[in-house]
Amino acid sequence: MAESPFKADIERVEKEYSEKMTPGAIVYLPGSSVINKTGSWRVFMPEFHKDKCVRCYLCYVYCPEPAIYLDEENYPVFDYDYCKGCGVCANECPTKAIVMVREKK
Amino acid sequence: MAVRKPPITTREYWAPGHAACAGCGCAIALKLATKAFSEAMEEKYGDPNAFAIAQATGCMEVVSAVFPYTAWKVPWVHVAFENAAAAASGIDAAWKKLGYKGKILAIGGDGGTADIGIQALSGMLERWHNVVYLMYDNEAYMNTGIQRSSSTPYGAWTTTSPPGKYSIGEDKPKKWVALIAAAHQIPYAATASIGNPFDFVKKMKKAAKVDGPAFVQVHCTCPTGWKSPLEKSVEIARLAIETGIWPLFEIENGDFHNIKIQSPGGGAKVKREGGKVVAIEFKKPVEEYLKLQGRFKHLFKQPEAIQVMKEQIKAMWKVLGVDVILP
Repeated sequence: MAESPFKADIERVEKEYSEKMTPGAIVYLPGSSVINKTGSWRVFMPEFHKDKCVRCYLCYVYCPEPAIYLDEENYPVFDYDYCKGCGVCANECPTKAIVMVREKK
Repeated sequence: MAVRKPPITTREYWAPGHAACAGCGCAIALKLATKAFSEAMEEKYGDPNAFAIAQATGCMEVVSAVFPYTAWKVPWVHVAFENAAAAASGIDAAWKKLGYKGKILAIGGDGGTADIGIQALSGMLERWHNVVYLMYDNEAYMNTGIQRSSSTPYGAWTTTSPPGKYSIGEDKPKKWVALIAAAHQIPYAATASIGNPFDFVKKMKKAAKVDGPAFVQVHCTCPTGWKSPLEKSVEIARLAIETGIWPLFEIENGDFHNIKIQSPGGGAKVKREGGKVVAIEFKKPVEEYLKLQGRFKHLFKQPEAIQVMKEQIKAMWKVLGVDVILP
């Protein structure tokens, strides 16, 4: 399993994140929005079928979060911590390798 | 099976966890814009991180930088609605003095660019600063609750242009800021859309590589303000190109006689003369684009309004020197 490109940010934010007011409201931690696990917004979740994937990268290009990154073989990996379940990836997938299914509670 | 390389860099400058709505088209645009910029900076200066961003207030500013966190992984400054271009000019002047190599990206929404920030934008273009201005055009003030802007297209519902017995919604044609920017005779002005992301990336890279000011206007879907289904965000943007609503063009050095027009796709027949596009026959009707969006729902009760809209589309293409036939 590939690592998220934001792994270092997530580790750093967990250690250094603070809500203290800074002079000039400057934010010193780049990419610190990773502290928000927006995956809880989701109603439908994307289900990935690797056998149908042709690695066209369209889901990777279109994901607005981005909650899709690539593994060593360039297959998409879905980051369910952040995926908001918009379904753009499933709608644009040319081979229907991504299907939206209802989130299990 | 041979595996192609990813079409775009895997470096990330736009982190997840930002507060944009699910299916936000503008978030796609900003993600791709930063990646394209980093690729261009690597090719031009050998440093993929040689850029900074000045962003006007707007949807994407509000969702990406809620204190105390930020979604940006690049030096970024928030400025007021009207002065993203002015702040970018200042950064450019400072970089020149300090001898930094790189380019500044100024970002504004359609309200921050077409209405409030146009004076600062015009000044920046005229002073020839080394800045790319990216206007993400979601066709209303979505951040404050869907009020009309001068970039709102004809017939659209917004909270300040409500359709009803005496109104058909927004009743004036859209303002094309890319054409206004091109009239400054700047090296590069273009329109793009998230419906054709590879064209958008290509244009952003080209804009980032020119010496001097450049302007890119990108069409992005707003599922909240357009009342459209979340998963159709990219499909709607693509339909806008394929039905003729959104032209993809590039104007270099303000040369309005040699506008480069990209083929819209969707089965449209493009007629060229000497390498120049002179006529386009669209095969997909405008209604296909309109029916996916709640903001145009009322137009289907007033078919004459759709006719007016088609006339306006033809007039807009005429400005670009293209005769169009709409089904």
